[in-house]
Amino acid sequence: MTRVGIIDYGMGNLTSVHNAFAAIGAAVEVLQQPELIASVSHLVLPGVGAFGDGMKNLSERGWIPAMEQFALAQKKPFLGICLGQQLLARRGTEHGDFAGLGWIPGEVVRFSGLDPSLRVPHIGWNDAIPAHRHSMYREGFDQPGVFYFVHSYHLVPDDPSVVDGWCEYGIRFAASISAGNIWAVQYHPEKSQTAGLQVLRNFLAAD
Amino acid sequence: MLRHRLIPILLLKNGLLVRSELFEIHQIIGNPLYEVQRFNEWNVDELIYLDMTREGDYDLRRDDHKTKGLADPLQILDEVSRTCFMPLAWGGRIRSVEDMRARISRGADKITLNTGAVEHPRLITDGATVFGSQAMVVSIDVRTHADGRREVFTHGGRTAPGLDPVAWALEAERHGAGELLLQSINRDGTGEGYDLDLIGAVAHAVKIPVIACSGVGRFEDYAKAIKAGASAAAAANIWHFKELTDRQGKRAMARAGIHVRQ
Repeated sequence: MTRVGIIDYGMGNLTSVHNAFAAIGAAVEVLQQPELIASVSHLVLPGVGAFGDGMKNLSERGWIPAMEQFALAQKKPFLGICLGQQLLARRGTEHGDFAGLGWIPGEVVRFSGLDPSLRVPHIGWNDAIPAHRHSMYREGFDQPGVFYFVHSYHLVPDDPSVVDGWCEYGIRFAASISAGNIWAVQYHPEKSQTAGLQVLRNFLAAD
Repeated sequence: MLRHRLIPILLLKNGLLVRSELFEIHQIIGNPLYEVQRFNEWNVDELIYLDMTREGDYDLRRDDHKTKGLADPLQILDEVSRTCFMPLAWGGRIRSVEDMRARISRGADKITLNTGAVEHPRLITDGATVFGSQAMVVSIDVRTHADGRREVFTHGGRTAPGLDPVAWALEAERHGAGELLLQSINRDGTGEGYDLDLIGAVAHAVKIPVIACSGVGRFEDYAKAIKAGASAAAAANIWHFKELTDRQGKRAMARAGIHVRQ
């Protein structure tokens, strides 16, 4: 039975993610304790904030072993959103140099060297162009979806084949990543109106 | 390709929505929740909600507005988040990281600072460290004096701390602001169009996005702000007094050659 768990590790806006899953009819709960991960079928790591704080909170509150058991050992559907995508990297460089979860080999870097007309943060609605036909856009997207982005950093994977959708902002960067059961999006599906809710539906359809 | 945003601003005072003129006259226009539901159905790009209630003011709601007991702005935010699947910036009376956390945990994506940032610019940095720069919007209220000199005002247009708008914009950016919301007190509620010189001066000085506000009277005004250098066009009053404000506004922007989400 589908049951979505959202990890509460003190990094912002769980309400919006919860409301979005509830809006598409999913059974969803915010998880306060790592032990509760065992009770869900789909796990979501949301997050707004800085990379270092995110890793510190995940680690101090004891989430990492249970997350690894769920996503790496049992290979159940996992979705990282925004900071939750970035934390999957090996290394983050926001306000310092931090080790990430390392599930997706790669680094999180700041937008740099862009044309001066392109401002940072990258804020607003932009496309996610599916990278292949098995992408998370496989259902419900006759044309590329437009999603809400708000970020200064992005994940650059060592292996570009894990990129699931591309976004253009001066450079081409990973709007979304999928590596088997591990999905992640840089944009905010919970704030991207109908396109965002469709990605969440596609996530629920994954098993 | 990134679209330019068109953003409605809702102004909240003592638990009710108001329209504003010259930062002085605030006319009650209704319920703080219905408008959000309407904007969500319209699929708008983003929403900015500013609570202008002054410290110590009591609740002036009248029974005939049929609002729930929402004297507490955080309760209003809870209700707003339930129907809001679009980005939401929340501002007003935010003076600490704890104030920010209370709003972000209830569904706000961004925090808008004004007086708090001028009094303690460090607050921008502290917020950016915890929530990221992208969540820190610094709102700058500017009055243009009769001699053409521009000055930043705080406390809802009542206090002048002696700052030049461009210098303060650069300082806010340096302290970690991710975005600026630029308002003109002189143009507020006048419908005379944006202060394009002000927008150009600030937008060309900083590298972060600038949201232009104040003075929109016609849908054609939006594109002018973008061409003057703003990343997004915002307005308050026009959203309450014209029909199909989002679609018509977007169409006017597209006609002027601005890339928007339609």
